[in-house]
Amino acid sequence: MLAYILRRLLWAPVLLSMAAFFVFMMGTCAPGDPAELRLGNRATEDNIERERERLGLNDPFPLRYIQYVGNVLKGDFGDSYHYQGRPVLEIIAPRLWVSVQLNIAALLVAITIGLPLGFYAAKRQGTARDPSIVITMLILYAMPVFFTAPLLILFFAVQLHWVPAAGWDGFFSTQTILPALTIGIPGAAIFVRHMRASTLEVIGQEYVRTAQAKGMPNMVVNYRHIARNALLPILTIMGFTLAGMFGGSLIVELIYGIPGAGRLSLDAIFQRDFPVLTAFVLLGAGMLVLANLVIDIAYTIVDPRIRLQ
Amino acid sequence: MATDISTDSNFDTDNLPRARGHWRNVWRRFRKRKLAFASLIVITFIYMLGIFAPVIQTHDYHETDLYRTQQGPSAENWLGTDRAGRDLYTRVVWGIQTTVIITISTFITGSLFLGVTVGLVAGYFRGWIDAVIMRVGEVVSAFPDILLIILLAATLKPRIVQIAHDIEDNTGISGLVSSGIVDYLVIGIALLPLSWFGMMRLVRGQVLALREAEYVEAARAMGTTTPRILFRHILPNVVSPIIVSVSFGIGSIALAEVVLSFFGLGVQPPRPSLGVMIGEVTARGNTSVSVLRDHPEQLLAPIIVVWMLIFCWNIVGDALNDVLNPRAR
Repeated sequence: MLAYILRRLLWAPVLLSMAAFFVFMMGTCAPGDPAELRLGNRATEDNIERERERLGLNDPFPLRYIQYVGNVLKGDFGDSYHYQGRPVLEIIAPRLWVSVQLNIAALLVAITIGLPLGFYAAKRQGTARDPSIVITMLILYAMPVFFTAPLLILFFAVQLHWVPAAGWDGFFSTQTILPALTIGIPGAAIFVRHMRASTLEVIGQEYVRTAQAKGMPNMVVNYRHIARNALLPILTIMGFTLAGMFGGSLIVELIYGIPGAGRLSLDAIFQRDFPVLTAFVLLGAGMLVLANLVIDIAYTIVDPRIRLQ
Repeated sequence: MATDISTDSNFDTDNLPRARGHWRNVWRRFRKRKLAFASLIVITFIYMLGIFAPVIQTHDYHETDLYRTQQGPSAENWLGTDRAGRDLYTRVVWGIQTTVIITISTFITGSLFLGVTVGLVAGYFRGWIDAVIMRVGEVVSAFPDILLIILLAATLKPRIVQIAHDIEDNTGISGLVSSGIVDYLVIGIALLPLSWFGMMRLVRGQVLALREAEYVEAARAMGTTTPRILFRHILPNVVSPIIVSVSFGIGSIALAEVVLSFFGLGVQPPRPSLGVMIGEVTARGNTSVSVLRDHPEQLLAPIIVVWMLIFCWNIVGDALNDVLNPRAR
C-alpha cells in the first residue's frame, strides 16, 4: 500500500508538468503578443522589443518552460500579464478561496438532499415513490444551469426579495444560498442515483437478512448495516464531483457575478493571461490528482478488504 | 437428453416462435420501456426539426424587424421575437440544426473514430503503446473539462479562422468562413478531449478481457491478420457498451456546445445556436437581469430544447444499458 501511494505521488509531478507543458504550448500558439498586450496603446516597436526581452519571451520555448518549472518549484508562478505584474498567486489565492467555499456549500446541499433521498428511494423500491423520485431527480439533473440560475433569481430574488440576486459576501451569507442551490441540485441528482443503486445492492446482501432475522431494530439495520456500507462507492463520486464542480461553477459564477476562480480563469483565457491560466490549470489538476489519491486511501480505511497494489 | 427437436414427433416446429436476431430482441425489449421509447421519439422529433430547419422555418433566421421586437407569441411569430425582432421559432429550429451537426460530427470523429480505434489498439497490444495512451489520457482528464474546452476554443479559433482566410485567398473558394464550417471545426476540435478519452478507456477495458478469449486465440492460431481480429472478431463484441456510452455522451456534448456558444466561443452570429440565444437573454453573465426580468419567456424555448435533449438521452442511455447489458444489473 505504501508502495502504491509512493508510486502515485511520484507520478503526480510528471502528470502536472505535462499538463503545464500543454498549457504553455497553447500560450505560444495563441495569437497576440503578451508584451504588446501589456503595453497597450503606448507601444512602440522598441518598447515591445524591450518588454519581450524583460518578460523572457525571446528565449527559446524549452528554456522558458524549464525556467517556469524551476520557479514553480520555488512557489513562484510568475507575474500576471494583465494585472500589471502582480504575482499570479496573489491574484489566484483569494479567488480560489471563494470558489472552494462556494463548492463546499454546494456539496453540502447535494449531500443533504441526495443521500437520504437515494436511500429512501431504494427502501421504497416496488412502490410508486421510487420511480417518481428517480425521474424527478433525472429531470432536475438534466436541467441546465442556465435555467436553474435565472429561475431561482427570478423567483427568490426578483419576486420574493428573500435573497440578493447576485454577488458574494462570504460563506455565511444569504448570497451564498442561490448559487449553492444551483450547483447543488444537479449534484444531488447524481448522489440520489448512486446512493439508490448502492443501497439496493447492500439490501440484497445476506448479512442484512441475518440482521433482520435475528430481530435487530429496523433503525439499526438501516443505519449500521445498510447505509454505512452503501456509502462506500459514494466516496469516489464525491471526490469526482468536488473536482468537477470547478468546471460547473464557472457558469454559475458568471451568472451570479461571483468573483471566483472560474470567473478569473475565463477572463484569463480572453485576456491571454497565460501565467494566470497555467497556474490555475496546475492547481486544478493538482487538486484532481490529490482528490483521487485521497479517495483511494479513504477506501482502504472504510473497507479493510480492499488492498491497493 | 438432447434430442433434435425437429425429429421429435410430439413437437410441432411450425408453431414455435421464430428465432429472432440479437438486435431484434434488443429492440423488442427496448420498446417495452415506455418512458425510454417516448424519449427516443422526442429525440427523433427534435432532431427532425433541426434537420428540416430550412423547410419548416417561417422567417429567415437573420431577418430583423425592428418594429416588432420583444413580442410575445403570435400567429406571425409562433414563439415571439427577440430584442432585434428576429423570429424565435425560426432561430430555435436553426439552433437545433447547429446542435445536431456538432453532436453528430463530434461523435463520429472523436468518440467513434478516435476513441474506439485507440481503445482497440491500446487494449490489444498493451505494453508501451497502452501505457503512453493511458498517460496522455490521464493528462487530458486532469484538466477541468469545461475550462479545457474553452481554452482550446479560444486559442485555436483565431488560428483556424486565419487558415481558412488563407485558403480562401489562395484558392478563390469563397464563403468558407461565412458558411460557419470554421466554427463547427473549432468546436469539434475543442470538444475532442471530452469525447475520446471515456470511450477509449471503455473499449480498452473490454478488449483487455476479450483478447484472452478462446475464440480470439483460435483466430490468432489460424493466422488471421491483426486488423481483422480487431475489427471483425473483437469490435462486434464491444458494440453494446459503445452504444450505451454514446447515448449517455451525446447529451453532454450537446450541452458543451451550448456552453461554448453561450460564452461566445462557439457558433458566431448571425448563425443561431441555442447557446447564443440563452446568452443573449441572460446577458452573458453580466449581472444585469433586465432582459431576464422583463422577458424571461424568451429563455423558455431554447432551454426546454436543451433540457429535453439531455433528459431524453439519459433515459435512453439508461434503458439501453439495461437492455444491452442484462448482466450488469
